[in-house]
Amino acid sequence: MATEHAVESVVVHHEPQSFWRRYIFSMDHKVIAIQYMITAGLMGLIGLVMSWLMRIPLAWPGESVPIVAKIFPGLFEGGVLRPDAYLAMMTMHGTLMVFFFLTAILLGGFGNLLIPLQCGARDMAFPFVNMLSYWVFLLSCLIMLASLFVTGGAAAAGWTAYPPLSALEKAVPGSGLGQTLWLVAMAVFIASSVMGGLNYITTVLNLRTQGMSMMRLPLTVWALFVAAILGLLAFPALFAGAVLLLLDRHLGTSFYLSHVVVGGEHIVREGGNPLLWQHLFWFLGHPEVYILILPAMGIASEIISNNARKPIFGYRVMVYSIIAIGFLSFIVWGHHMFVSGMNIWLSAAFTLTTLIIAVPSAVKTFNWLGTLWRGKLRFTTAMLFAIGFVSTFVTGGLTGIFLGNPTIDIQLHDTYFVVAHFHIVMATSSVFGIFAGVYHWFPKLFGRMMDERLGKLHFWLTFLGMYAIFFPMHYLGFMGVPRRYYGFGLLQYLAPNTQDIQLFISVAAFITGAAQFLFLVNLIRSIWWGRRAEANPWQGNTLEWQAPSPPPHGNWGEKLPVVYRWAYDYSVAGASQDFIPQTVPIEQEPTGEPGRHVPLPTVAATLSGDGNGKPLQNGG
Amino acid sequence: MVAEVTVQQVEQKPSWGGGISPFGVSWQKLMMWIFILSDAFIFGSFLISYATSRASVGKWVDTGKVFALHIAGSEIPLLLIAIMTFILVSSSGTMALAVANAYERRKKETVRYLFLTMLLGLTFVGCQAYEWTHLIVDYGVRPWWNPFGPPQFGAYFFTLTGFHGMHVLSGVIYLGIIARQVAKGVYDRRGSYANVEIAGLYWHFVDLIWVFIFTMFYLF
Repeated sequence: MATEHAVESVVVHHEPQSFWRRYIFSMDHKVIAIQYMITAGLMGLIGLVMSWLMRIPLAWPGESVPIVAKIFPGLFEGGVLRPDAYLAMMTMHGTLMVFFFLTAILLGGFGNLLIPLQCGARDMAFPFVNMLSYWVFLLSCLIMLASLFVTGGAAAAGWTAYPPLSALEKAVPGSGLGQTLWLVAMAVFIASSVMGGLNYITTVLNLRTQGMSMMRLPLTVWALFVAAILGLLAFPALFAGAVLLLLDRHLGTSFYLSHVVVGGEHIVREGGNPLLWQHLFWFLGHPEVYILILPAMGIASEIISNNARKPIFGYRVMVYSIIAIGFLSFIVWGHHMFVSGMNIWLSAAFTLTTLIIAVPSAVKTFNWLGTLWRGKLRFTTAMLFAIGFVSTFVTGGLTGIFLGNPTIDIQLHDTYFVVAHFHIVMATSSVFGIFAGVYHWFPKLFGRMMDERLGKLHFWLTFLGMYAIFFPMHYLGFMGVPRRYYGFGLLQYLAPNTQDIQLFISVAAFITGAAQFLFLVNLIRSIWWGRRAEANPWQGNTLEWQAPSPPPHGNWGEKLPVVYRWAYDYSVAGASQDFIPQTVPIEQEPTGEPGRHVPLPTVAATLSGDGNGKPLQNGG
Repeated sequence: MVAEVTVQQVEQKPSWGGGISPFGVSWQKLMMWIFILSDAFIFGSFLISYATSRASVGKWVDTGKVFALHIAGSEIPLLLIAIMTFILVSSSGTMALAVANAYERRKKETVRYLFLTMLLGLTFVGCQAYEWTHLIVDYGVRPWWNPFGPPQFGAYFFTLTGFHGMHVLSGVIYLGIIARQVAKGVYDRRGSYANVEIAGLYWHFVDLIWVFIFTMFYLF
């Protein structure tokens, strides 16, 4: 049967001619990638504006800002952001950023762009379902955005939507229709991500071109592959949880609810357990953060190796640590629930797994450093963002080890320390991965180059800005400033200087956020007026650089490319140039692929990667 | 050395078009397997939620009594559920026969067994509708209340059996589409009846889930 299907996929796809089929209802993975990126990017932009709105009352509590109030009249009262609007903004900021921006752009955007191109496939396995995945995603975006305009406003129970706050319609203004739409949008989003995930996994397993064994896949594909598996296995828990929560809200069941008194009114429910939601949510929630960081890791690995002009240090170990992180991410979720009253021995078990997950993460970090060490570094904008990724990943990752210990976590739980931690790993590291990816693969998206000078300015402002925003939050956390609070006026124990730090953070957030418009200008200008890109502007080895920029429909001409080597033959001793594409036969150029029969050059030559070792006999 | 050998083997196959699966499984079948895995996690989440709730509310419901049928004055526990289980397991048998006939490319027999499977599936859903009606009308069971014990009993009963019944119903529609394709000779022209087998994977999976629901919710 396998051969019969093979015959189908060999047929060269014909490009659809009409505008609608070509650019709107397109089944081409590259068009779908762009659609995902633009939609997710817009959601990210909305999330950014929401964070600005939140930072206003935090910096200037109670002060009137009439200009902003004019733009968002529904959220302000007397020129001041209303407390319930603050909670809604906080909830929607988290939801939009985590699911609708980061997940969608990394898996939907980069997954769609890079998996077929780097595997040497003409398209995804099931292009129709791939197209459907995008349109269902767009539907979920619209439902989520619509919730901003309903009576009572958007959901306000936090992005984690803990019951009973999210289960009782009268708990807060946003607990009404807003919360219902939130749950529906999440369920629709999960349906979309399952459709996408099915395609990503199947394509990686079954549609690789000749010679592209699993252990020759670029690390980007490995990372996207494992992230897609995580999504496919973790999202079902949230789906089930969301269904139960909807039933609790609208059918009167008591999955999560027990006796509750809201505003003096006794709600007659019995036997439910709100902790059930926390378990279901975090069974998704923790793998989810690795869905966000793994693709960024893959992108960084690829870009660092390419711009250091050196093979990635420890390719196999990189692959194994991606798999190890993926596996371990499923058994650490309890560390979000140390204060829920869980058994102390269970806490100890979750602490153990949490600390173990730091091992493969550290292995990856040292491998990036090993790749950078004594490389011939090219500081392109993409490379700067990739190095920035490593920096922020270390900073944010280390505080994760702190928080994995219940003894510290119980003190720091729900303080700004936690906010600092996950914003440095997710909001900064993941986003740096995305920026690095856009600057690097822009030629494959639009056939043009982005402006490097503007890009570097964007990098430095963002890099310094992100640290300026999130680093002081650690101190706020140590001083006991609780997260998710609208105001701190009644908290007598807080030192007065916490307010100065809040002001500093807000100003840094406004400036750093504004710096993102440099990226937007660069993006839009480059799409139409950027310098035309040649096929392989970065002298890369992976398959997408062997296709024209941008690749045509079907990616490759008559014949699919054939792969003879791994993706990291940079600066191989004895080679005619410092990169050897994967399509170059082993008879023509030597290889440094691990496990191939190639005598190793001297240690010094390997480390510097300058290719001055003794000419090698080839591995074929 | 090992790596070299595999490379040479690969390179000797000039007809590789990128679509030949490394695992000898077509992408369609692989995709169904992965979907089943994902769907199993949804059912797993529901069942584990049910298990934790049941463990924490204390006294549960005597399902033998609730789901008993009264025939000629005597009470036979779980009779309807036993019949439903028998029907669904039998439908797996007819599905297997449909797949076996599809391998042999016997169009008429394949369609016949697919229809039989659909019929059994519909009978199962019919029994379920009867069971729901019985519980709702005769006993007054509601998602938020029931006369037998903790409210979670009704809540999980409707959620678990409802979600599973929806899967059976979607399966019947899915098999209907496949049967139509077979009858129209689409797979004869394509030279492959693989889609029948893939639909079979889904059907067997839905049956397997029932075994878990039967064991965990009714029997235990």
